[in-house]
Amino acid sequence: MPEIVILSGKGGTGKTSLTAAFAHLAKNKVLCDLDVDAPDLHLILKPENLETGEFFSGNEAIINQNLCTGCGICRDMCRYGAVSVTNGVFGINPIKCEGCKVCVHFCPAGAVDFPQRHCGQWRVSETRFGAMVHAQLFPGSENSGKLVTLLKRKSKELAKAKGRELIICDGAPGIGCPVISSLSGANLAVAVTEPTPSGRHDLLRVMDLCRHFRLPMGVIVNKWDINGEETALVEDLCAARGVRILGRLPHDPAVTGAMVQGLAVTEFDPAGFGRLVKDVFNEVMDLAGVKQSV
Amino acid sequence: MIVAVASGKGGTGKTTVSASLASVWDKGVTAVDLDVEEPNLHLFLKPEISGSAPANLETPVADESLCNLCRACSHFCQYKAITVMGKILMIFPEMCHGCGGCIAGCPQKALSAGSRELGEILWGKSGKIDFLMGRLRVGEAMSPPLMRLVKSRLSEMITVHPTDAIIDCPPGVSCPAINSVMDADVIVLVTEPTPFGFYDFKLAIEAFAPLEKPMGAVINRAGVGENSVYGFCAEKGIPILAEIPYDRAVAEAYSKGLVVAEASERMKTTFLGLAEKIRGLAGGKGAFRA
Ligand code: SF4
Ligand code: SF4
Ligand code: SF4
Ligand code: SF4
Repeated sequence: MPEIVILSGKGGTGKTSLTAAFAHLAKNKVLCDLDVDAPDLHLILKPENLETGEFFSGNEAIINQNLCTGCGICRDMCRYGAVSVTNGVFGINPIKCEGCKVCVHFCPAGAVDFPQRHCGQWRVSETRFGAMVHAQLFPGSENSGKLVTLLKRKSKELAKAKGRELIICDGAPGIGCPVISSLSGANLAVAVTEPTPSGRHDLLRVMDLCRHFRLPMGVIVNKWDINGEETALVEDLCAARGVRILGRLPHDPAVTGAMVQGLAVTEFDPAGFGRLVKDVFNEVMDLAGVKQSV
Repeated sequence: MIVAVASGKGGTGKTTVSASLASVWDKGVTAVDLDVEEPNLHLFLKPEISGSAPANLETPVADESLCNLCRACSHFCQYKAITVMGKILMIFPEMCHGCGGCIAGCPQKALSAGSRELGEILWGKSGKIDFLMGRLRVGEAMSPPLMRLVKSRLSEMITVHPTDAIIDCPPGVSCPAINSVMDADVIVLVTEPTPFGFYDFKLAIEAFAPLEKPMGAVINRAGVGENSVYGFCAEKGIPILAEIPYDRAVAEAYSKGLVVAEASERMKTTFLGLAEKIRGLAGGKGAFRA
């Protein structure tokens, strides 16, 4: 079952707005928001929650003051600077603690507790465009990619159970852990970029990443008319790398207009900008080998 | 003073603000790119790079003649980076967080410190601005240890040659973002007045508030979308430090890799005003501490 991940490298290129439009246009699919750190797709899709689960990941160290003798071994051994002393009392900064267990293991007094870390919630919901799997990481939690992996597994199970033929994912920004997790097992990465030096720089890094994981990829140039020369550079870059351009879209206030109304841009402006997005959608489906077009 | 420029949502103009602030800053300043996954500040400041160093993480290496396959290390490791399979000890350096626990705990002293390359650290100068950045190796998953190395390099730099620092932070509100603002004196949150921007702004406030640092907002692309962010800031007592109007000329300057504050007199005035307000915030005037 094809799984398409919409990526951007750089934030703010319009990735989520396009994912929402594809969610509107695609048939017989499951939707998944893998940007668990700052998820926005739900603002357009307005999901009705059917199932919620707690997400735990790793552990965190907490010093039991009744047992601590103040020997300082934990502070000396913690590689992350998470242990500090205030007025002779040893404490662990939860933001810095990586949950590596070193202090737990080496504390001679057995004074360090190591409870599981509650990092967020996952959800399975229904939307006007079909089923959606999403999550919210608690602010400040570690985004290790495990929640992303969990959401991907849930989406697959759901798609199988419902007999859906396609999964469309809104990916995370960047190229680190969450993005690597969002690409694993995917069939196609669609990168949304913009014609700016940052956009091109980040696109190049996403291309390297997809090549590293041998994942087919296509590129959408959004807001191309902000800088035609830079667009040409992006397109040359794609041509040189053998990456297919799925379309270029102009800068259009309809994108923000739709967002403010909580609509997909293809609902908000079906004949104007929405028409252009439909052409891009058809290209995406073609590259993914899915027999759908609008 | 260390100023962290952050944003819940990516693409709100964090880098534009960081570059422009550095360019109008009237005292010595070090501009730091801590968005190591997608560093972009150098594209605007165009520094002359004068030095670089590989950034490595300590990972274990085994001396097989000493290992008796007792599995103490594999039971200990929280990240499944070291394990015994049949009669072979296997190490997966790419999963290792470099905690040093297995090396310290091996009863046979069979493990010693090796390393994995996370990426690189580069530094140099852009005019009067000192410049520092980290760049994660493509395919490398862990950005926080590289960020820690960039931050310790920054401490060295400003100890030797004291300046203020402006940090371009990674987007989002999870642990890399928190880590990058943790040592700052002031947090400047860049947002845009759209529903996505506003939602992510609220997440960022929630994430950063426990740090109890003075925080203020910069509204970029003011005039697009809708205005919930203004009411929210008023209610929470978060000062709005600057508004950058939506302007095609700004977007075009940005798309050409120009520092926006240098593109027009009006923008320069805006950023001078922002720098002034940031100093005020650091001095405790109108500080928001949730
Ligand atoms: S190692 Fe244990 S006893 Fe020693 S300071 Fe740390 S918590 Fe306290
Ligand atoms: S678990 Fe690891 S990171 Fe956390 S405080 Fe202990 S030694 Fe430090
Ligand atoms: S703890 Fe040391 S001796 Fe035991 S399996 Fe690991 S490397 Fe080998
Ligand atoms: S150093 Fe820590 S994370 Fe790395 S293999 Fe050893 S125990 Fe695991």
